[in-house]
Amino acid sequence: MKNYISIEMDAKSENEFFGRLAVAGILTYADPTMEELTDVKTAVSEAVTNSIIHGYENKEGKILMKMALNDNELEVEITDYGTGIEDVKKAMEPMYTTKPDMERSGMGFSFMEAFMDELKVYSKKGEGTRVVMKKIFQE
Amino acid sequence: MKEAEFLVIGKTLVITLLQELDHHIATYIKEESDNIMNKRNIKNVIINFEHISFMDSSGIGVIIGRYKRIMYLNGKLIAVNMQPTVKRIFKMSGLHKIMYCCDTMKDAMSTVQ
Repeated sequence: MKNYISIEMDAKSENEFFGRLAVAGILTYADPTMEELTDVKTAVSEAVTNSIIHGYENKEGKILMKMALNDNELEVEITDYGTGIEDVKKAMEPMYTTKPDMERSGMGFSFMEAFMDELKVYSKKGEGTRVVMKKIFQE
Repeated sequence: MKEAEFLVIGKTLVITLLQELDHHIATYIKEESDNIMNKRNIKNVIINFEHISFMDSSGIGVIIGRYKRIMYLNGKLIAVNMQPTVKRIFKMSGLHKIMYCCDTMKDAMSTVQ
């Protein structure tokens, strides 16, 4: 089955739950296992949270979430137009965080990498960040 | 819908999570538990995962935050009633090595005695 859904949402922490709900929604007809579903929900939760905390630094903004399902492959793209990441490689290191005072674990990108089959991060300082993730479901 | 329930038993604070532990809920848990710990003589914290089956890296952050505070007080931090999805996050992050993990509330309560 092929399907595409695009959602624009406010960068509010309440919408982390909504992002997970939306990705679970598009997967209804992909028949993922419970574990695969949790993997994708976790990765989406991490990406949306990053946009809220780091991209917009808890200020107002919009997050664009695009989901494309192509049979047993899901591509999720999460974009913000916030501060951007100066050093993406550094940001992706496990346990690295710019906000330890906010009790951030620094595991966000590590989880996206661990739970998805492919992760690409595009970012430009002052322009925003786009995260593209792929997951292939076992048939 | 309520985010969590907080119950003080002696010197132990029991936090029963009622919603998926993400950044939104983590912020609330941090504020509420700090608030209670500032006012009451708390030494131990038990986090009850019975009602939730999801947690992400923000959950790890809030748990490590409580861990640091509890260590300073020489108390115990215990996770109880974890479902497989939550257990997996604990194992991946190494949380299960730094804190007590119990299967039942009875075991958790006897650990803090």
